Amino acid sequence: MIRFEQVYKRYEGQQEALSGLSFELLSGEMAFLTGHSGAGKSTLLKLIALIERCSHGQVIVNNQNLSRLPKWKIPYYRRKIGLVFQDHNLLHDRTVFDNVALPLIIAGENHREIGRRVRAALDKVGLLGKERNLPIALSGGEQQRVGIARAVVNRPPVLLADEPTGNLDPELSREIMHLFEQFNQVGVTVFIASHDQDLISQLPYRHITLQQGRLAENHS
Amino acid sequence: MKLLNIHNYLLRHVQVMLSSLGELWRQPVATSMTLLVIGIALLLPAGLFVILKNVEQVSGEWQHANRISLFLQDEISDKRGEQLAEQLKTWPDIVDVSFQSAQQSLNEFREISGLESLLDTLPENPLPAVIIIEPEEEQQQEAIEALLKRLDALPEVDLAQLDMQWLQRLRSINETGQRGISILAILLSLSVLLVIGNTIRLAILNRQTEIRVIKLVGGTNTFVRRPFLYTGMWYGFLGGVLAWIALLISLLIISGPIDELAALYDSQFTLKWFGGQMLFSLPICGLLLGVMGAWLAVSRHLNAIEPS
Repeated sequence: MIRFEQVYKRYEGQQEALSGLSFELLSGEMAFLTGHSGAGKSTLLKLIALIERCSHGQVIVNNQNLSRLPKWKIPYYRRKIGLVFQDHNLLHDRTVFDNVALPLIIAGENHREIGRRVRAALDKVGLLGKERNLPIALSGGEQQRVGIARAVVNRPPVLLADEPTGNLDPELSREIMHLFEQFNQVGVTVFIASHDQDLISQLPYRHITLQQGRLAENHS
Repeated sequence: MKLLNIHNYLLRHVQVMLSSLGELWRQPVATSMTLLVIGIALLLPAGLFVILKNVEQVSGEWQHANRISLFLQDEISDKRGEQLAEQLKTWPDIVDVSFQSAQQSLNEFREISGLESLLDTLPENPLPAVIIIEPEEEQQQEAIEALLKRLDALPEVDLAQLDMQWLQRLRSINETGQRGISILAILLSLSVLLVIGNTIRLAILNRQTEIRVIKLVGGTNTFVRRPFLYTGMWYGFLGGVLAWIALLISLLIISGPIDELAALYDSQFTLKWFGGQMLFSLPICGLLLGVMGAWLAVSRHLNAIEPS
């Protein structure tokens, strides 16, 4: 589903953020991306989400070579990737419902379908009763679940998360991870960047570890 | 499925159109100030246009625009003059002829000039008898000149004069005015464009986070652009409506004195408002300028805002 072949990423005037990276994530797999801060985890996810493009090598997602994807097709590509961020990236002047509905509105879904799918997504993350609230009225864990609901409401085949539990206590973090596991069980490819070793070492998934932009470990 | 998509698409447009109007409504002070600037900028050329059109109407009212005055020789009697006038009436390229004796000319001059006492001191009437000729309206300049020559050659005629020069002057003043207004209209349209562009630029900067998030979840540039274009459209349209209202109020204020003035000059002139024409063109012009201004701002700033 996600394949890196000899991928290099160099930012102008800096040393390489990623160098010679190759790995593959199978369809329906769930994996963790670990490593110290600055090891290149965020850069790697940005390459998959096409927020950045690699300097060298090939990133292939869903049989699509991303370096050959023209700029105008990027929005349509992103609709097939669910993104979850550490700081949620919610819009604070809109209700929970409107935040989650955003990808569907962008995709031009009709009104009834939007209502149905947003409620399904909110139900899945356990926030059905809070759809009329503003994000600011929710706790950090709840805000993150809104972010997850927004990422999955489109039913994307791939779900990427960058430090989704970074600001949460261990209990909430486990709940969030459990949510990701549930999406993985229905066939979504899940790739989570995290440096929370305590948490992820308890879970039976592959670890892809980066060290200074290189692949250090790749095992289950 | 296709039909459903089009339906969703149109529905989406209507939603964005209304929500961008709502956005303006929620910031009444900022919105009304912007609208006022746009309204005034649109009002100026429109107002000048109405004034110019009215001046044109006044000059058009002089039907005898290219009338010919035949000043008769002093020794021609009034009777002979009247005969000549009758005779000229039969000429095919002459529409109307009127004879005015030397005495009538003097009376008229006395009335108009108010120099009664001075005229009384003159030993004799200095004014000649005049035959005023109105040639066929549609004639070419050359034909009128030829007619003028033939009339001048008549033995009774001292001088044949075409009263056209002043009209040409008025028309060229009018022409100049029109050019001036065109330039003014272009400059002010440009300023409307910039005002709206700048307002939209600020709106874009205010919503950077939102734009980033929309792009992250797969929003196309078209999708991001749409609300800003509608905002620009509303600014222009409402500014145009405001300009129309202001124009009507201004005309209402000056129409009283103008009617009085026209009455004093014994003229049938009434102020033309061009209300209907302006009701159509002001909002439409505003709308187009608004969308263009927004487009300029959006295409300049939107690409710079990318998720990072």
